[in-house]
Amino acid sequence: MSEVAQDNNQGKKKGKTKKMSTRVDFTPMVDLGFLLITFFMLATTLSKPQTMEIAMPSKDKISDEDQTKIKASRAVTILLGKDNKVFYYEGTRENNVDPVLVQSDFSPKGIRQFLIKKNYDIMVKVRELKAKKVSQKLSDKDFEKQRDEIIADKKAPIILIKGTIESSYKNLIDALDEMAICNIGRYAIVDITPFDLDLMSKKL
Amino acid sequence: MPKVKIKRKSTAIDMTAMCDVAFLLLTFFMLTSNFTQKEPVAVNTPSSISEIKIPDRNIISILVDAKGKVFFGADGQENRVKLLTKMGAAYNITFTPEELKEFSLVNKFGVPITGMKNYLSLGTKERDMSQFSIGIPCDSLDNQFKNWVSVARSINSEYRIAIKADQATTYPVIKKLMGSLQDIKENKYNLLTSLKLSADYE
Repeated sequence: MSEVAQDNNQGKKKGKTKKMSTRVDFTPMVDLGFLLITFFMLATTLSKPQTMEIAMPSKDKISDEDQTKIKASRAVTILLGKDNKVFYYEGTRENNVDPVLVQSDFSPKGIRQFLIKKNYDIMVKVRELKAKKVSQKLSDKDFEKQRDEIIADKKAPIILIKGTIESSYKNLIDALDEMAICNIGRYAIVDITPFDLDLMSKKL
Repeated sequence: MPKVKIKRKSTAIDMTAMCDVAFLLLTFFMLTSNFTQKEPVAVNTPSSISEIKIPDRNIISILVDAKGKVFFGADGQENRVKLLTKMGAAYNITFTPEELKEFSLVNKFGVPITGMKNYLSLGTKERDMSQFSIGIPCDSLDNQFKNWVSVARSINSEYRIAIKADQATTYPVIKKLMGSLQDIKENKYNLLTSLKLSADYE
């Protein structure tokens, strides 16, 4: 830099080989820079896709003794219908009385309200835990551990998600989402039974 | 006199600063970017509130389009070569080194193993055309999908399975896939979703 300045001075003194400006026009370089930026911006995926981790039961034959029968009072069955409709009922058929099938949807005021009501105690506990975490009294690890303990509560509802052939993948994801939102620890994706289909056809 | 002086002012702006900014941004994008990989079909994933990110490497990606066509992809070029060799052996098809090399560059494919030779001989553009990418058979008669996954897992046990399906994919297709995975005792996998924009859940 200092040399350049000297050159300039000398040039001025001589008055002949002067005015050779050392300034370079940066405009094309800027153009190039922005062109490359544009390319990289378009070619990249800045945000990694979100993922839902799911664990399915294994298909091994389980003998009847090993199978835990869930209490009817804890069971809630969610049926995914066509056109994003969703139905749910509690318990199962008892004393020849069909459970009441309720039609709902995946909006915040739909099935979520029911699940929140059903799982209220646990949601309150988890919320308290979250507040603790936010105020930094809990580490992430402890938070997860304690949350897992809470949602594994014996009285918590057990949700069975059953899809009809007319439902879509989106419905399934929505249903799994509701499980996450309502802090439901126990849920399973199971095959639909003729009984469920029958209930649905009666409702429709 | 003052008027003349104003006229002499050059209109050229010093571009150096702008150049600096441009290249700074360029450096940032170059360092943070991992390139979008071309997918054989456009898939519109459903949104969820889940915030877990998927790891970059060791992923078996299963792509399901709205019509239920299944595509398969595993990362790592060496693993791909091993994968095709093993799969070929299982179906009594021998692939030439050229074909293996070509296959190692294929990100995701959706052809039955019998059509693989023909598929690899096609150009990159033709491959994505729907008559060539008919999806991997995954019904109970001829479940090649199951074999692809189990062979890939036997090559690299660190592979994790990620299913990326379209919103409109029907439930039976997903159920069939989940059933196939259950058959080979792959009970943990990831479902790819996009972030839900409205966080109105609390």
